[in-house]
Amino acid sequence: MRDFWQRFSRNRSAVLGLGIIFLIIVMALSAPLFFPGDPFGLAGKSMSPPGESGFLLGSDSLGRDVAAGIAHGAKTSLLIGLIATIVAVLIGVIMGALAGYYGGIIDDLLMRTTEMFQTIPSFVFAILLVAIMKPSIESIVIAIAVVSWPAVARLVRGEFLSFRNREFVQACHTIGMSDVRIMLGEILPNCLSPIIVIGSLMVATAILIESGLAFLGLGDPNIMSWGFQIGAGRTLLRSAWWVCTFPGIAILLTVLAINLVGEGLNDALNPRLRERAS
Amino acid sequence: MNHSTRRIRYVLKRLLQAVPIVFAIVVMNFFLLHMAEGDAVDVLAGEAGSATPEYMAELRAKFGLDQPLPVQLAVYLKNVITFDLGYSFRHEMPVSQLIIDRLIPTGLLMVSTILLAVGFGILLGLVAATGLNTWRDTAISIFALITYATPLFWVGLMLIVVFSLNLGWFPTSGMEDLMAFHDNFWDRAWDIAHHLVLPTITLSLFYLALYTRLMRASMLEQYGQDYVTTARAKGVTEQRIVFVHVLRNALLPVVTMAGVQVGALIGGSVIVESVFAWPGLGMLAFEALFARDLNLLLGIFLLSALLVVAVNLVVDIIYSSLDPRIEVG
Repeated sequence: MRDFWQRFSRNRSAVLGLGIIFLIIVMALSAPLFFPGDPFGLAGKSMSPPGESGFLLGSDSLGRDVAAGIAHGAKTSLLIGLIATIVAVLIGVIMGALAGYYGGIIDDLLMRTTEMFQTIPSFVFAILLVAIMKPSIESIVIAIAVVSWPAVARLVRGEFLSFRNREFVQACHTIGMSDVRIMLGEILPNCLSPIIVIGSLMVATAILIESGLAFLGLGDPNIMSWGFQIGAGRTLLRSAWWVCTFPGIAILLTVLAINLVGEGLNDALNPRLRERAS
Repeated sequence: MNHSTRRIRYVLKRLLQAVPIVFAIVVMNFFLLHMAEGDAVDVLAGEAGSATPEYMAELRAKFGLDQPLPVQLAVYLKNVITFDLGYSFRHEMPVSQLIIDRLIPTGLLMVSTILLAVGFGILLGLVAATGLNTWRDTAISIFALITYATPLFWVGLMLIVVFSLNLGWFPTSGMEDLMAFHDNFWDRAWDIAHHLVLPTITLSLFYLALYTRLMRASMLEQYGQDYVTTARAKGVTEQRIVFVHVLRNALLPVVTMAGVQVGALIGGSVIVESVFAWPGLGMLAFEALFARDLNLLLGIFLLSALLVVAVNLVVDIIYSSLDPRIEVG
């Protein structure tokens, strides 16, 4: 662990990214403290520029506090990004492990499915899924997971393929270990590091997809999010630039920080995986 | 077997491989439509104001929704083959007609985006790789890192704030000035090009970052190859090595990537077109979303998925004829 931290901290930009993520998490957790009350609620004079009438980052046409929206939206972005990624990684690991371990027809079938999902334009597919299921946290998480798992499946399949004929796996077969135990207990721990790297980069992509969906009006209507703020503020571009600008900077910083950490993890965990996955 | 019959065989093989994927996409589309269509009847009946069970049943019969599922699927497959994608009740037009009307603006945006992104990506990647670890490399890498993390819609809005609202250089939205009745072709072309600038820059930024990174990595990989050492040993100038030897080989993966990214480009164009009110497929998708016109949305989705399959096919075929090392057997 200390060895890992030493290698990770050699990459200064990755440490910077980690610092930014830490600050954003603190912001998300302290949002109810600094901005108690509903971020959708009227907080004062509408269309105030940043720094005036008690608004740090200004207010929008309905008198909503932009800063409060950003603080509350942080939780939405981080949570959706994290949960969607966990779901996608779970699906991808199951599909990839089965395909790589068993090979043959199972592999063919699962990989054709993966290929089909990779062919489909992912953002349009996500829009469609959320529109059909009606916008809510659950449908957004499902949509992002459905469009993101194929990359994990391909990666895991490759790893399982390379491990399944190794001596230690054959030894497990000889002592009569079940397939499930070999897959979960023996092979999977060996391919955790590339999965962690691809997962960390997927959180960033998931946050971008979520903000895009919310911008198009497909966010959960009861939950404040950065994409929603920008979407709601776009009609005010001429008179109140700040409503769109600051939430965008929040998205940019978060995604950038996660990408930096992901690349740092990549360098520290496995120098093999050079390509970044998207 | 001579080369040209091998070529034709390869093309046919790739076409055959695409068939199951297309079939699977169409079938999946049918089930999504099925999930959504129950709602369509409910919505229509609700809007008509007389949602009696008889009326609902009549509507279902009209759409063939009372048939067993396999029959509905067969009818749907037959319809798709004849490019009948259903009817949009909001626009009161067939979906296929609506889509065809929007193809040209989207095509225009995509082609100009690919040209800009690939062109500048190759240039920046080249500059970064030749000046490895200098300030140029660092600056380009930071630029790529930031654009890679920026949401497209936000870039578009910020460009509008700076270049349209404050500087007044470019129009904020649309494809052409509807009040100006251009009597000659060039005036109109200029007008459209003027409207095209901001959407193209916005959409190309993300891919620019991608191609820059790819080109840089690809150049560096080629630098490590034996033929570069050989060229150096022969006394070939560094400049000649870069432009004649390395560049050519480094370009191939970048060109393939341009084809692979078409699916993502369609997704990006939904965002960019709705920001700039560019009247293409993406804008149509946004309107469909707004009007809860799922039939239309599914039609656009189906078409864009088929487009990706087609582009991948074409890129594969072009690629195999560009690079003779690729086995065509």
